[in-house]
Amino acid sequence: MNKNRIKVGIPRALLYHTYYPMWKTFFEELDCQIVVSEPTSKVTLDKGVKNTVDEACLPVKAFVGHVLELGSKVDWVFVPRLISVEERTYICPKFLGLPDMIKHTLPSEIPILEVDVNLYRRKEDIWKTAWDIGLKFKVTPVKVWRALQKSLVIWRLHCEALLEEGKDLKKGLTIALIGHPYNLYDEYINMNLIKRLKNNGINVITPEHVPEPIIQEYAARLPKKLFWSMGKTLIGSAYHLIEHPQVDGMIHIAAFGCGPDSFTGELIERRCRRLGKPILNLNLDEHTGEAGIVTRLEAFIDMLEWRKSQCLG
Amino acid sequence: MSRMKITFPHMGNMYITVKALLEPLGVKVVIPPKTNKATITKGVQTSPEFACLPLKVNMGNFMEAYKEGANTILMAGGIGPCRFGYYAQIQREILGDLGYEFDMVVLEPPEKHIGELFVNIKKVTGQTSWLRIYQALKFAWQKLLLVDTLEKEIFRYRPRVKDFDALEKFYNKGLAAIDAAQSYKELSSVRKNLWRELSSFEVDWEKQCLKIALVGEIYVLLDDYINFDIARKLGRMGVEVDRSIFLSEWVNEHLFKGLLPGIKSSNHAHLAARPWIKTFIGGHGQETVGHTVLYSQEGYDGVIQLAPFTCMPEIVAQSILPKVSALHGIPTLSIIVDEHSGEAGLVTRLEAFIDLISRKNYQRREVI
Repeated sequence: MNKNRIKVGIPRALLYHTYYPMWKTFFEELDCQIVVSEPTSKVTLDKGVKNTVDEACLPVKAFVGHVLELGSKVDWVFVPRLISVEERTYICPKFLGLPDMIKHTLPSEIPILEVDVNLYRRKEDIWKTAWDIGLKFKVTPVKVWRALQKSLVIWRLHCEALLEEGKDLKKGLTIALIGHPYNLYDEYINMNLIKRLKNNGINVITPEHVPEPIIQEYAARLPKKLFWSMGKTLIGSAYHLIEHPQVDGMIHIAAFGCGPDSFTGELIERRCRRLGKPILNLNLDEHTGEAGIVTRLEAFIDMLEWRKSQCLG
Repeated sequence: MSRMKITFPHMGNMYITVKALLEPLGVKVVIPPKTNKATITKGVQTSPEFACLPLKVNMGNFMEAYKEGANTILMAGGIGPCRFGYYAQIQREILGDLGYEFDMVVLEPPEKHIGELFVNIKKVTGQTSWLRIYQALKFAWQKLLLVDTLEKEIFRYRPRVKDFDALEKFYNKGLAAIDAAQSYKELSSVRKNLWRELSSFEVDWEKQCLKIALVGEIYVLLDDYINFDIARKLGRMGVEVDRSIFLSEWVNEHLFKGLLPGIKSSNHAHLAARPWIKTFIGGHGQETVGHTVLYSQEGYDGVIQLAPFTCMPEIVAQSILPKVSALHGIPTLSIIVDEHSGEAGLVTRLEAFIDLISRKNYQRREVI
């Protein structure tokens, strides 16, 4: 007997770029059919920009565009309220209010699956989120439990695979690319930055390639603990990579108007300057021109190669 | 006594309260020059481009206070997600790199780090006994209450008073008098004089005035230089203003868990916001929406949201406000402020807003 599977739409934006393997496994274990929106395009971004307040940051505008593209093609669009994914930290206010922003600015025909993810007190509270979804989809607690465990295992394997990737450094320039996953891995938003670098024979190290204990150790060196989990990851990985002898330079990517990045970017830039590591700051918004980015990138790479040839690095 | 010369950022009339708290404890206080164009220029030049405006203004205040001899900064901290919680750390880095020799004392919120808070308070007050600290707190609190009560009266008087400029002169003199009072006795006599002089103004209490509420982020709401003295401008246009945040109410809520008697709390604002914003989103984002709902229920004619550029909680509120406005039938206007904001632009928008509301009300009366 094949009853109609629930279609869950996942917008290809924001924390999709971090947690997709986990979410996919979880929903599929609950017998749902996953529909992911198409990769970001001009159309997506335009839709998002038109339907979001000007002041919102670019990644949020992209997210809105993706939600609109999924629209009513699915039974539910997954827009979790990500209050906290790590104990005693938040992500950023926009994540806290994301489902509310979506609900009250987009057409109400779009069905939003909003569940709270709040690990502020304990990381075991992820069970509450799973439970809420299970209730909504009328799934038995046992099945929900199994789905959660499996998705966490898949997630762990995914992170370990990423770490392995980071160990494989070939000869040539090595650049540390510091930014949130939704800025680093959305090829439209960052104009295919990673591919461009790799095509130039450059090794790219991202925060995903740095083991968690190292990130926590370096982040703990801050005089005050940072209360943004993603900011902590950026600082922890950046501070570590600044000291990495093989890293020739750092590129910091931030979205225009990103609150936390304006602060963490400042700290990272100052540290680079203090320790003599070249750093390029790229700021992305919906008006960013490809030519401008390419020019700055080429100049930066040229400078790094010159430094290396002079054995200054 | 220590060689500490303490300064702190400006936020509207806050300096009166902080001064009243520290000076009786023998602390040398250096109040930064009143925020002005040079303050903002200095701050902007030295701060991250996309930092929110309050951080930049703070930096300007600190640099100007340094010139006047300050060597220690007293700042507040926070637990996020609003950036304010990390201001002190960023400011410390920047000032250090620029060569300013400042010590920083950061008071973190009591819920999480209560032991550290006591240590920091002692750093500032030195050998002073806890009893004297308590007495200074009480005195500073009385001043704060008087400052806020005076301002609330001014909000009521401004649109209705015959001689607007005389009222403004009275208000400024009043604030200075409160600031100068050194004892309960002096403060009491200042209070008596204020109410006596206020009641001598010629006022038309029958006049029908538009009522507009100001909501949004606390710094822009409370600092009259940064918000272009919007409350005064509205008063001059014949509008009675209310503000969703007063420092005394904020102190009661955040430092005394809302337990001080006779002060409004913002619990009802949180409740009113629930259908729109389910959870705490940092800063005053949830309250902005909640207050808008409450003000519309209290029959206000319009709500103006004030926020610094890139203020994250207020951006969330801003995107939801249009629907709140439509559902509750209350016109709203969002004014985002940054270092490039011009006064003329603001005035134009205010006049257009007031125009629109007046016409709407007039039409409503016609229909009836």
